[in-house]
This record gives sequence, C-alpha cells and structure tokens, in this order.
Amino acid sequence: MRMLRYFPLALGNINVNKTRSLLTMLGIIIGVAAVLTTLGIASGAASSITSEIEAQGTNLLEVSPTGGGQGGTLTMADARILGDRDDFPQFAGVAPTYSGNATLVRGANDAGGQVRGVTADFPSVSTVEIADGRFLNAVEETNSARVVVLGHDLAGDLFGSENPIGQEVRIAGDLFTVVGVLEASGGSAFFSDDTTAYVPLGVAQTRLFAAPRYRGELTVSSISIKVADGYALEQAEQDVEVALRLLHGLGLDDDNDFSIFNQASLLDLAGSVSTTLSALLGGIGAISLIVGGIGIMNIMLVTVTERTNEIGLRRALGAHDRDILVQFLAEALVLCIIGGLLGIGLSYGVAALLTALPGFSIAVTIDAASVVMALGVASAAAIIFGLYPAIRATRLDPVEALRYE
Amino acid sequence: MESNNGQNGDAPVIAIDGVTKTYQMGEVAVHALRGVSLDIHSGEYVAIIGASGSGKSTLMNIIGLLDRPTSGTYAIRGQEVGQLGKSEQADIRNREIGFVFQRFNLLPRTSAQAQVELPLFYAGITGTKARRRAVDALTRVGLGERIDHRPDQLSGGQQQRVAIARALVTQPSLLLADEPTGALDSKTTAEILDLFDELHAQGLTLVVVTHEHSVAERAGRVITVSDGAIVGDALAAQPTPAVTATNGFGSVLPTLSPARTAVAQ
Ligand SMILES: Nc1ncnc2c1ncn2[C@@H]1O[C@H](COP(=O)(O)OP(=O)(O)O)[C@@H](O)[C@H]1O
Ligand SMILES: [Mg+2]
Repeated sequence: MRMLRYFPLALGNINVNKTRSLLTMLGIIIGVAAVLTTLGIASGAASSITSEIEAQGTNLLEVSPTGGGQGGTLTMADARILGDRDDFPQFAGVAPTYSGNATLVRGANDAGGQVRGVTADFPSVSTVEIADGRFLNAVEETNSARVVVLGHDLAGDLFGSENPIGQEVRIAGDLFTVVGVLEASGGSAFFSDDTTAYVPLGVAQTRLFAAPRYRGELTVSSISIKVADGYALEQAEQDVEVALRLLHGLGLDDDNDFSIFNQASLLDLAGSVSTTLSALLGGIGAISLIVGGIGIMNIMLVTVTERTNEIGLRRALGAHDRDILVQFLAEALVLCIIGGLLGIGLSYGVAALLTALPGFSIAVTIDAASVVMALGVASAAAIIFGLYPAIRATRLDPVEALRYE
Repeated sequence: MESNNGQNGDAPVIAIDGVTKTYQMGEVAVHALRGVSLDIHSGEYVAIIGASGSGKSTLMNIIGLLDRPTSGTYAIRGQEVGQLGKSEQADIRNREIGFVFQRFNLLPRTSAQAQVELPLFYAGITGTKARRRAVDALTRVGLGERIDHRPDQLSGGQQQRVAIARALVTQPSLLLADEPTGALDSKTTAEILDLFDELHAQGLTLVVVTHEHSVAERAGRVITVSDGAIVGDALAAQPTPAVTATNGFGSVLPTLSPARTAVAQ
C-alpha cells in the first residue's frame, strides 16, 4: 500500500509538535468520549429499566376498568369466571383487588399510602415477597379480618426500627393487626409497591372504601392474572379480552370498557424509548464530533500555512499533487484516530467512574459496536475536514511556496 | 535513474531557447526574462551572476521546472520538458535536478538521514535501500558521522551540506544552487565551494546562482544576467580542473573566449 508510507511521516510531523497536536485532538477526544459515554448511559439505563420490568414478571396481566378504579364495570363475577380452572386452564391464578388511598396511623406516626384489598392468593399473581411474618391467609380473607401486610417503606415509616409484627395500626378509624411486612421491591419509585398496605379484599370493598356495585356484583379496581406455563402471553391476553367482552355484553361496535396491561408490552415500550434516547444522545455526541472535526480543519489550515515553505521544498524534490494531498490527509487522519483512541480510553474511564459512583444506579455499558462507530465517524470527520486544507496545500505555487518565510 | 537513458548523449543537459517570463502585476507587465537562450553541457560548472532583480532566480526556477516560461522552449538532454504536465515535471525534478537553496530549506526536527531520504521517498524508494543511499550521499559531503543530527544540532555549513546531499541522492543530471553561500560566513563559504569543486571533479554538472564575484569565479563558465537578459557568457580565467570524457569542451577551451551566443531578442 503506497498510502501507508505516509503514516510514519504523519506520525513524525504530529510528534514534532506534541502540545498542539494534543490540543487539536482534544475536540475529537471529547467528542468521541461524549458519544460513547452518552450511548453507554443510554444502554445502561435501558438494560436497568428492562431488568426492573422483568422483575415485575413478564407472565402477568392486569385488567382494570376503563376510567379508573371506582364506578367501573369490572366485578367480582368477572374474576370468579376467569378464575375457573376448568374453563380457563391458561390462567394459573386470578386475583381481584380493590384499592384506595388512606392514611395509616400508629401512635404519633402516620403515613399516607395505597391500601389494596387482595385475596390470599395475591402473592402468586404478583411479585410481592414477604420479608417478615406472613401474607394474608384464606381464613382472614373469608372473615374480612382486620389484618394488614405492610409494604417495606410503610413499615419503616410507621414503626421505625421496631418489629411491626403483631402490632396495631389504625386505618380510617379501624384498628388492624400487622401480620407481615414485604420485601423492598427494589425498583425505582416508578414501579414501587413499597408504600402499599394489603388488607383482605372484603375489608377494602365494604369497610374502607364502600365499593359500588355493578349488576348486583361488587366492583373491583383490577384483576391480576398469571398466565400458566406453556401458554403464550399474547394469546392469554386475547382470551381475557374475548371473555370479558362477552361477559360485559359488548356489541361488535362497542369499545372495551376495560384495559389489559402486560409487562411485556412495557418492555417493548422501554426498548423503543431507549432506542430514541440513544439516537438523541448519539446525535448530540455526533455534533460534538463535528465540532472536533472543525477544530482539526482549523489546525490543518494553520499547519498548511506554516509549512508553506516545506510544501515548496517537497515540490522541488519531486512531490506530486497526490503526495501533498495524502500527506496532509494522513496527518488529519492520524490526529483523528489517535484522538479517537484516547477518547475511547477516556469514555471507559468515565464509565467506570460513573458506575462506581454511589447513588448512580445505572451500569454504564460501552459496547464494541459504538466504539467501532465512533472510530469510523472520527475517521470520516478527518477525511471530510482534512480534505479542504489538504487541497489548499496542493494548490500552492511551488515558487511562491519556496519564497514564503 | 541511469544517466543519458535513451537520450542523445551529445545533447546538452540544458537547452533553453528564447525563453521569456512576464509577470502581470495589474496594469504593469514585469519582464523578468526578455528572451534567454542558453546551453549547458554535461560536466559544466556554470555560475549565473547578476544584480538583485536581474532575473537570476526566475531563470533558475524555469531551469528547475518550478516555473513555466511565458514563451520559448526548454529541453533537458534533448527532451522537450517546458510543456509537460505538472506530474511529469515533478518526476523530472525528482530524477534530473537537485536543488540547493540559500536558506538550506531543511525540515525542522528531522534527522539528516531522513532529510536526505525525502527525494527517494518521492521516487518510491524506501527502507534499507533508501537508508543506504542517504548515508552514501551524506558521506560524500563529509557528514557520514552526523547522519542522526537534526538541523538545530548542525552549523550553517553542515546544514548546507545536508541540503547538498539531499540534492545529490537521486543522482541527478544537474545540481541547481540559488545563492547557496548567501547565508554563510566566508570560511564556510570557502568550504562549500571546495565541496562544489570536488563534486564537479567527480563529473557533476553544476549551476550556481550568485551575486558575488568571489563565488562566481570558482565556476568554469560565468553567465552574466542583467535586466532579464544574458549580457555576458565567458569561460573563467582559471578553469576548474579538467574533467571527464563526457565534458566535450569547456575546460580545454582557451581562457576568456567569447561566450557561446547569448541571444537577447
Ligand atoms: N512572482 C512575481 N511577480 C511579479 N514580479 C516578479 C515575480 N517574481 C519575480 N518578479 C520580478 O522579476 C524580476 C526578476 O526577479 P528575480 O528573478 O527574483 O531576480 P534575482 O533573483 O536576480 O534577484 C524582479 O524585477 C522581480 O521583481
Ligand atoms: Mg534571487
């Protein structure tokens, strides 16, 4: 490769003026580091959101009435029918819930939270896990007993470091005995169940929130469904939809009076959000690369002017247009590649630093593809922005150039 | 880079006929050369002397194919070169002509050896072959011990020797020097001129542009330029040592013979 002969030459020329070369490269270094770090943060954020969503279970469906909790058309009857294992073997668990907001009081402490009436088998259709004590049992469910299971944060707010099990809290004037405390859900505030209190469904529907009836049946604010192993989530979701439309007597032209939410669709959403985010951040980074490229062009123009005499000499010694052009392009390219490599190094450093930072929950992950892309863009910038100064160099008249001081 | 390859061996190295050079400065035309005809034969040592602004450098640049004449013809070894394309002219500069400048024109912070390898780089010669030839050329100018030195580690005279080695390394037909001693003190000037004598004795064809008589009189032939025209062309009183069979006449001609015609049109 004839081209390759110019690279040692270019390295030599860059070496001659180290400080300036470094300053010139700075734009590319920062540009590449910015692109890689922002892409790394975006992909780290995406994977942490994904794992958070996955922790919520991807085989779970949640049906809720259109227009929110109260006054909906979703009832205990719907839950009963969907929960029939003979008719619907594809559902491993079906649990109606009824939620409202209430203040929990314990002595001088109080905490606002969501109070959710649930059945004893609720844990099997959700991701809640007991840290201490136990969940509500079937007897308590049937008897509408005044017992409560506290979310992790709620327990902390009300009881501090005390053990809450067996103690009493007041909800809407009634005393409830704490039978269990949940594990922290570990997620961000986004998906947190940590400030929810769980009471028997009947208590929430009648005693606490006076749930309205629809066609003689108590309404519910959601039905949580776990899809049995071996059944596809999408199919199960369709089955729910068909069944509920039938049960609610909806005609062909009627819209659903309920909505079905599944975690998998949230995953898709998160995926598309992170793609958009990457494109946006990558675009901003690319702009900084362009600025870096302009910096290179600027310095290359200065270099060409400063070395006018040298260009004249090279002409006298027999350099062709091509030789002059390639020499300066190679210099710009070497500057960009060295700058790019330093930028990659810097981005790994910043990634490690950010990831190690306490309170920064995202693991910044720089993947090989973006490294290759960044180097490619830096090289392209070198050629694009190095071309003009290099062409200027070839245009110099040898006699004028030799006379230049 | 064989000399005389395929060309007529008797043809002059340089044959210039009726060359003019006019610079257009807005309304005013500056006639830097007003019709110069000149033959230089192989093995000659020619000095071109004249006052500042007389057109010496313009003539040099045309001989060196760095500039094109406004009119007239120019042949090297019988081959017409004045109308060749940029790229062919670059090749001829590389192969046939070695340049030496007043200000040495060395690359900063570059070793003597790398400087001398530069013309070989453009000839496509690299690696050990280039290194060997560069070292040979540096040895020839007496710098065999200083091949790793950079310009700032060399005296003015030594720097000019590096430049001369660089001019010689492609074994050109002709060495062109424009005021080569203009930036040197008298002692160093003498050393460089001694080196020219030596190279001339080895058969090299030299053209040295100067405004100093002391420099010009070292040459076997002195061409005087004034206001863009040749006004004198004479063999020197003390011709330099007789040379080589290739030198057809020059040194064996009697002293102070009139010039081979210098036509001013
Ligand atoms: N590029 C140019 N543009 C206009 N005039 C020029 C240019 N180069 C040389 N000249 C003019 O041509 C004349 C000869 O210049 P030059 O060959 O440099 O003289 P010398 O080398 O003998 O001092 C001078 O009058 C100079 O001003
Ligand atoms: Mg001059």
